[in-house]
Formats: sequence, C-alpha cells, structure tokens
Amino acid sequence: MSDTSAGLLRVRNLRKSYRSGDSRLEVLRGVDFDLARGEFVSVVGQSGSGKSTLLHLMGLLDGADSGEITLDGTRIDGLSASRRDRLRNTCVGMVFQSYHLLPELDALENVLAPLMVRHGVFEWLRVRGEARGRARELLDRFGLGGRLRHKPRQLSGGEMQRVAIARALVTSPRVLLADEPTGNLDEATGQGILDTLGELNHADGLSIVLVTHDAAVARRADRIVRLAAGRVEEAVPVAARMAG
Amino acid sequence: MYKLLLCWRYLRTRWIALASVVSVTLGVATMIVVNAVMAGFSHEMQTRIHGILSDIVFESHSLSGFQDPQWHMDEIRRAAGDDIAGMTPTVAVPAMLNFQVRGQWVTRQIMFIGIDEASHAQVSDFGRYLQHPANRTQLSFDLRDGGYDTVDSQQTESTLPTRPALEGAGWPHRRMRVERERLWRQKLEADKRVGAAAAAPTRSVDQQVDAVLAATAADAPAVAAGTDGTATAPADPFRKARPEEGTRMDPAKEQFTGIVPGIGLASFRDKEGIDRFLVLPGDDVKVTFPTAATPPKAVSDTFTVVDFYESKMSEYDSNFVFVPIAALQRMRGMIDPQSGLASVNSIQIKLREGADLDRVRDTLRKVFPADLYSVATWRDKQGPLLMAVDMEMSVLNILLFLIIAVAGFGILAIFFMIVVEKTRDIGILKSLGAGSSGIAGIFLGYGLFLGIVGAGVGLALGLGIAWNINAIRAGVEWCTGQRVFDPSIYYFYKIPAIVHPFTVAWIILGALGIAVGSSVLPALRAARLHPVEALRHE
Repeated sequence: MSDTSAGLLRVRNLRKSYRSGDSRLEVLRGVDFDLARGEFVSVVGQSGSGKSTLLHLMGLLDGADSGEITLDGTRIDGLSASRRDRLRNTCVGMVFQSYHLLPELDALENVLAPLMVRHGVFEWLRVRGEARGRARELLDRFGLGGRLRHKPRQLSGGEMQRVAIARALVTSPRVLLADEPTGNLDEATGQGILDTLGELNHADGLSIVLVTHDAAVARRADRIVRLAAGRVEEAVPVAARMAG
Repeated sequence: MYKLLLCWRYLRTRWIALASVVSVTLGVATMIVVNAVMAGFSHEMQTRIHGILSDIVFESHSLSGFQDPQWHMDEIRRAAGDDIAGMTPTVAVPAMLNFQVRGQWVTRQIMFIGIDEASHAQVSDFGRYLQHPANRTQLSFDLRDGGYDTVDSQQTESTLPTRPALEGAGWPHRRMRVERERLWRQKLEADKRVGAAAAAPTRSVDQQVDAVLAATAADAPAVAAGTDGTATAPADPFRKARPEEGTRMDPAKEQFTGIVPGIGLASFRDKEGIDRFLVLPGDDVKVTFPTAATPPKAVSDTFTVVDFYESKMSEYDSNFVFVPIAALQRMRGMIDPQSGLASVNSIQIKLREGADLDRVRDTLRKVFPADLYSVATWRDKQGPLLMAVDMEMSVLNILLFLIIAVAGFGILAIFFMIVVEKTRDIGILKSLGAGSSGIAGIFLGYGLFLGIVGAGVGLALGLGIAWNINAIRAGVEWCTGQRVFDPSIYYFYKIPAIVHPFTVAWIILGALGIAVGSSVLPALRAARLHPVEALRHE
C-alpha cells in the first residue's frame, strides 16, 4: 500500500460529487496528485474546477466518494471522525482566503487555538508556557510582535492572514494547505504573504499546497498543477514552463 | 481548553443571551421567596396546631365522656408504654361565655375545656402561650398579683405595640374595680335618698341606673344573697358541690373558680395594631354549659379570668376557654356519686421524641373499640388544613417552575441564533481539529454558564428577599400606604420565612437543568454542521 518514493502526500483516482436536489454534481472525477517532501505546489483552475474541494479532501475536512489519499505512506481517507479530527489538528495546517480567525480571541489566542483544541484543561495548564513561547516566536517572525493582544477586527487584512499562517504553523504540521491566501488582499500585501510562504518553503523546508486561480500567484511555486472539470489537465514544473 | 475559553468569551460578549437568562433569575428568586414564605407559614401553623393539640388525642364519642381516666391511662400505657412521655385527661364541652362591657352583656360561643393544671403543660405547648411569666412555668388558676406581660412574650421585635391595658391586671385591677363599684353604689344610694325628696322625673332615671348597677357589680353579692337562705340546709347536694357559694364572699379578697380564656375572646386589635381589652385578668365572667345529665341541662356559673391564652391561631384564640378539670367535672355532674370516680372526655397523649405517631395510633385503635373511642393524631385532626397547605405549595411550585421552563425556550431560541451567527467559527474550529463533541460541549457549557449566572443571581436575590421580607414589606407599605400583611388576621407580627437548603438546592438544580437542557438542541445542531459548508457560510 505505501509507496515512500511518492513523497509526502499522494492522491490517487480521487472522486467526489455533491448532490443538489435530484442532480448530482461531480466535482472531482479521478484526480491524481503528488506532493514531495519540501515541495511547494500550486493548484490552479477556474472556479468550479474542484481545486478547493481537492484541498478540503487533503485537509480531511470532507470525505471522498472513492480513491485514496496517503500521507507519509499511510492511508488517511476513510478514517473515523475522531482520528480525522486528531490528524487535522496535528499534521495539517490550513490557511483560507478570508483568514477565518475567531473574532472573540486576540491574535495570540488565535494562534494558540489549535493547541488548545489538542489539550484538555489540565494538560493545557502544563504546556501553556511552552505553547505561548512558540506562538510569540511565530508572530514575531511575521512582524506581529507588537499586536499580540489585538482582536482580528483591529488588524489589517495582511496582518490577519499572517496570524492565520502562524496559527497553521504553531502545531508544526507536515503540510500547509493554503486556499487562495491572497484572494482578499491587494497586490503588495499579497506579495508579502507569498514571500512569507516562499521563505517558509525555502528556509524551513515546509511542504505547501497553494490553491489559486491567479497565474501570477501560482508561478511562485515549484510546480503548477492545473485542474479542469475535475481532472488534472497538466502538471508542469514552473522552471520548465518558463524555459519553454 | 478552547471550550472553556470560548464559553467565557461568549458569556462576556453576548449580552442578548444574558437577557434570556433574566427570566431564569426571576423564576429562581420567586420560587425561593414563595417557598420560604409558604414554609414559614406552614411551619408556624403546624407549630401552633401541634402546640395546642397533643401528639395523640384519645376521645370518647359521647359528651358525657368515659369513667375512670386512670384505668384508661394505665391501659394506654400497657399498650404503647414505650413511646409515651406523658398523658393528661381533659373535658371539653361547648359552652357560652357572657361578660359585661359598659353595661352591655356580650355573649360568645366557646369550647370550655377542663384541664389538669399540673400535667397539661407537659403534653403540649399550652404553658408557652400564657401571659403571666409565672403561669408559663406552672399554671395556677389563682389570680396573680399583677405582673402580666405588657409586651407579647412570643414576639422578638421590641418596636411593636405594647399592651398597656395589662399593666394593672390581676388583683390590683380586681380591687380597684370592686372599690369603684362600691363608690358608685354609695353615690347612687346617696342620690336616691336625695332624689326621694326631690321631684318624681329624676326618680325613674335612678331606677334605670340601679338596674344596670345591679347587673354590673353586685353579681357576687347577689348570688351570695340568693343562696344565703338555703346555705344552712346541710342536705342540699348543690351546696355540697359548691361550698364557696354558700357563704358571702368579699370580691376584693376572694375570687371565683379561675379560667383562662383565649385572648381573641377578650380583646380585639385596632387599626394601629394595638390590642384593646374588653375583659382583664381579675374580672368576673359567666359561663353557661351543659351538664352531663341526659338530656343535658344548661347551667351557669361565675368565673374569674386569671390569664389569657394566645396561641396566635385565631381559630383557637377566639374559641377556647380553659378551666380546672376538677371544677368542671363537679359542676357538670361528671362524678359518680357512688364510686366517686370522675369521667373525662379525652386523654391527651404526648409521645417520646422520635416515636412514630401513626404506629402508636394504630396500636391504640386495636386495643380500644372504635365505636366507643376515637384515637387521632394531631395531624389527623388538622388533616384537611395541612393537606390543603401542602397542595397549595406543590401547585404553586409547578406554576412557578413553568416560568423557568419558559425561560428555557428563550434560551433555546437565542442559542439557535447564536449557532447560526457562529457557523463560520464552528467551521474554523473544526478545521483546527475540534471534534463534534467538543463543539457541542462549547454550547452546552455556555448554557451551563448562563444557567449558573442566572440561577446564582436568582439565588442571591431570592435569599435577600426571603431574609429581609419584613423590611421589604415595611418599605412597600410605606410607599403604597397599603397594608400588605395584616397581623390581626394571622396573629403573627411578621411574615415568617424559612429557607430550606434542600428546596433551594432543588430549585437551583432544576434551573441549571433547564438551561443546559434547552441548549442541547442548538448544541447538537452546531456539532452536526459540516466543516466545509460552515467555512463557506457568510
């Protein structure tokens, strides 16, 4: 079953359909996808091409109809709900277009949220110091050291997205899944976010899957996978394509 | 951990949810207050009823009673000896009390109860309800030489109206009255002598006054004078039974047989709450009662009031008149001339602490035939009243609990709104790895938090009102000028309130249960949300 040469994340013949009324909408029609360890891959495609759905399935937010997903050589599709929750908490970090921060919590608490979800009350009291140190470190690194106690509504879009990235990284995930992370930002701020992602990929060797509809954004990745009508149209290494 | 944090944050940022809890607060507070006051009234009433009735009352059906109470008491002791702490015989007959107020005769229907002054206080709280401190320790039917309470001994607040009328009660009052009557008589006689010489019209007025006076003051001398002629006849059984009437008595130095009427018979409470007395200890009254003969004949006799009985149950205080049992037995002819054995109507039995009332009653019922004797506990005697109070309490509790239940629906509605509002946050939490049970936990915990806040404030409010109910009543009366609680109805000076911790615990638990229960459905809905759809929710 496992195939170590295939790298970190491996998706085979993934199918997913949604039912709306009587009609059945097939979103993914047998997608194959590979992510090597330390690789930065962009998934592009038009609206409705199934790129977000692919990301949600890889992020275990949803279950596939058929096909298999392997993380580090282990099948992660068809797990029980509680194991899926656990895996999502420990192995996957997700960043969304509209940041998805919790409005009641400040920046630091938002970053700590995944760790709070992981630990019970008493366990949390034990690990709290360490967790806070790590969260502060991440926020410092993203230039938010002075805004720890600010609520999301007091932050700009770029700041919110960096808080969201810090939250995704605080659990030291094996893969970062980003769904249009620059979609709500102006170009300069978007570039800043992409620089941050690029740096994380280069310096820390973080494996990243970036979903976008913007070709310019996609070009920041090592490789681009193009989805159309629920299938992979082409997978092109960016360098090769630029050369061609 | 995130559950607690989020519950706490939601609690602090969602004021609308706190508003929904106000009805929980009010419901809890109302229930605590109503239960405390009802329990207070019920306790007060039970204490009073139990204070008047002994634990078990052993009675004959017939008004003339049963002979040889000692033999009956021995039998009772033999049947249930272990549980019996004390017994006393009593005779109770319906009678009429007559006394004179400003020349008018006032007649009251009463229950005339013969008691054994030595043992009666041992079987009930009878002694506690008397107005002379010495009588409270040991009742005596001899008139006391003053010293009656001018302040109700059963009340605890000193600001309440006193009873100045009782200041000179007892022998001083009696002597003063006799002296006043003597002076009146002298004056009248002097007037009569003058009037005899004067014109005729004044004479008729004098005659009227004379007639009134004859009734007012000279009762004793008149009776004495009436029987004087027969006093020398030794064969007269009547004279033998009541030797004190055979001789002329001096009302300033002597008294008739002492009686203790209920305070409600002799006084009334005016608008200011001050007791006005029609009769005082030291005054003489007449009582008409049936003899034990068949058919009964009505006989009358004169008695001296020696104290008042105040149980604060107006039903009893305006009905009972106590008299020495031996005197009543003699006057009613309840003593068998051959055997010399006296009859009694009933035997009051006091049980040991912790004895099972109903079991002793059933034992006695087995020994004594039901067609001759009735055996009843004090609860049986007041059964319908006590049951009515209990039922009233449970109905009120159900109704009030419905208020909290209504509050539950408020919480339900508001929680559904919050779940809809927080759909995206729920999606975020799920994307961070929170499980469905964790999400449900947030909302259940939030419900519990709200319940704790609501019930806690309600608890504080309820206890505050229950413990200060009399101050609050005074405040309301001052503000509205309307009398909220009329002591003359209940004969309590203040509203009694007893807070039972057990009841309070039930109310709080019920309120918390409703708060958590009504958050179950919204919590389930939140838990079932699909993470992807929740994240897309705008």
